[in-house]
Amino acid sequence: MVDLILFFIPSALIIIGALIVVFAKNPVHNAMGLVMTLVSIAIIYITLNATFVAMVQMLVYAGAVMTLFLFVIMMIGVDKKEQSSESIKGQTFLVSGVFLILISILGYVAISSEFKWDLWFEAVEFAVEGTPQLIAGTLFTAWIFPFEIISILLIVATAAAIALAYDSKRKKNDV
Amino acid sequence: MFEVTTDWYLTLSAILFSIGFFGMMIRKNALIMFMCIELMLNAVNLTFISASKHFGQIDGQIAVFFVLVVAAAEVVVGLAIIVSIFRKQSSASVDVLNVSRG
Repeated sequence: MVDLILFFIPSALIIIGALIVVFAKNPVHNAMGLVMTLVSIAIIYITLNATFVAMVQMLVYAGAVMTLFLFVIMMIGVDKKEQSSESIKGQTFLVSGVFLILISILGYVAISSEFKWDLWFEAVEFAVEGTPQLIAGTLFTAWIFPFEIISILLIVATAAAIALAYDSKRKKNDV
Repeated sequence: MFEVTTDWYLTLSAILFSIGFFGMMIRKNALIMFMCIELMLNAVNLTFISASKHFGQIDGQIAVFFVLVVAAAEVVVGLAIIVSIFRKQSSASVDVLNVSRG
């Protein structure tokens, strides 16, 4: 029973938050909907024994990334009206049609297989707890090469962000 | 009576991914499109974590870390691009961006 509650309440919040992200008009509301989704996903992670990933999700996504989003929303301004005219004719209608077809295929597969997907293997009986020790032990042995690559990616992204946001023209005019 | 199995998490993840995809297609504000990309990435992360539980392997959770780092880097660069575009065009709508040169 507790399992069901811990699944359904966060998943309802996830879907409501995602719908707010898609349909809200004010960008700040969209960002808050995204925060709701991310925090609820962190709760789902805890129920899936991934405690450390849940904490990282809260800190990095719901904390750092969303702060970045809100900063940019503040810079760009929230009162900008979004264009409702469609540059491609019937764009929303077409996308809605494709989306409905995809959703109905998904629903058909789910219902016809009685919500039992063929996952090739049965779920294991034992539980793997995603503790920092276990994650670090695997990350720094088997996954060390991707780890190094990702550190290079972060350096490049930081340099790229500085280079892109640096306004050389304004500096010349102001000083 | 009911037991929460991996299938349920996969279904939730599929729904979340679809909502993100739908928003990506219909919205024109570049910021909102970025948020929809975040939704899709989170749907994939949820799949990884539920597979990690299903198979009893820790590697799925490590893959989530890499997705997280790539998402953070992507957001940083993408928002910098949006800010620099906004300086020139004073709009964050993707419909205005119909030229490749700056």
